[in-house]
Amino acid sequence: MSRSASKGLPWPPAPSAESPALLRTSKLVKVYRADGLTVEAVRGVDIELAIGEFVAIMGPSGSGKSTLLHVLGGLEPATSGEIWLRGQRVDGLSTAGWAILRRRHIGFVFQFFNLLSNMTVADNVELPALLAGATPRQARKRREELLAELGIADKAVAAPARLSGGEQQRVALARALANEPSLLLADEPTGNLDSSNTRDVLRLLRRAHAGGQAILLVTHDARVASLADRVINLFDGTVADDAKIVPIPRTVTGVGDVLELRG
Amino acid sequence: MRQPLLALLAKEPAHGYELKLALEQIFGQAYPSPNIGQIYVTLKRLEQDGLVRSEDVEQTTRPNKRVYELTPAGRQALRAWVEEPSEGPRIRDEFFSKLILAPMAGVADRMSLMNTQRRHYLGMMRNLTELQAETDPADTTARLLIEGAVLHLQADLDWLERCLEELV
Repeated sequence: MSRSASKGLPWPPAPSAESPALLRTSKLVKVYRADGLTVEAVRGVDIELAIGEFVAIMGPSGSGKSTLLHVLGGLEPATSGEIWLRGQRVDGLSTAGWAILRRRHIGFVFQFFNLLSNMTVADNVELPALLAGATPRQARKRREELLAELGIADKAVAAPARLSGGEQQRVALARALANEPSLLLADEPTGNLDSSNTRDVLRLLRRAHAGGQAILLVTHDARVASLADRVINLFDGTVADDAKIVPIPRTVTGVGDVLELRG
Repeated sequence: MRQPLLALLAKEPAHGYELKLALEQIFGQAYPSPNIGQIYVTLKRLEQDGLVRSEDVEQTTRPNKRVYELTPAGRQALRAWVEEPSEGPRIRDEFFSKLILAPMAGVADRMSLMNTQRRHYLGMMRNLTELQAETDPADTTARLLIEGAVLHLQADLDWLERCLEELV
């Protein structure tokens, strides 16, 4: 898996000392125009994500959070503003340029899993590595490691449709992590899961983050957001708040403060 | 505190410290450990109300201990408590009052009030998710108690977003 596999793309260098951010945006704007109608979904967003940092994006529906994530992953082009990944400006990349960048540096997890239904679980997870130039042996080894780690090694030959929602999301996570991306992007990863499957995904995200994985995810689920180092709140396409999560000292207030045994 | 003590005594007579241990064991660390002083005060009041009675039991090497048992009136009070429907959750009206009144009084703007409150909720949620991760999955009572707290807190956050949409 040499970097020359990405010939034609000026490869993003590692972040330098002067610019330690893994991801940075400046005055990022996304406007949709259709049938004479203009919607400003993202209106001048400046955010930054450090290497290994876990940031959650929250906000009311329609606040622009999913749009922002899609633009940051190159799934939709920005209207104006800058996106810097690993010290290189990437907002001007072509569709193909983005595809190559994603293959190597960005893992994506969606609310509805988006697995390839006509392929086995194993093939879904191996495909990104193969596309990035790994040998079949390397891809299989990585897939075996990931599925074992996520507790679904026994599902390797199954079709995704045979799996529960929670299992499918774990496969989607394995696929997103297959190429050890610099950045994991996730759009409502627990939005379609029941509470026990949500717990599993929370555990996996916590573990990935503990292993140094940088994560930027959109969620309305405060359980997911509470795992993050920092939470950005979007409102009406702009950043309304950006703050570290500070646990409340347990001696001061605990569960008892939220739920009181009465009587 | 009254009714949980009645419920425990309905099972078997016990002294104050045994009741504290039983509460801790049943609800796990999800619920703050009950204060022993509060337990004794509550037991005394229950006795004054005729819902429990007590007697001193002599111990050879230690001071006497006072063992409490349920009276028929206590059993009736317990049954009445169990049978009546429980009140719904309280609205966090203190924050809502601030949100409505403070901007009118020119003391604060709503956006910063909401941001402060959201940060606080997320800090509490972090505590809960950590507690959840530490809790033995086989401990159903503790797990459900935490999940209840999580769901209430999520509702508070959702409500905050609704206020943001409508008020700012």
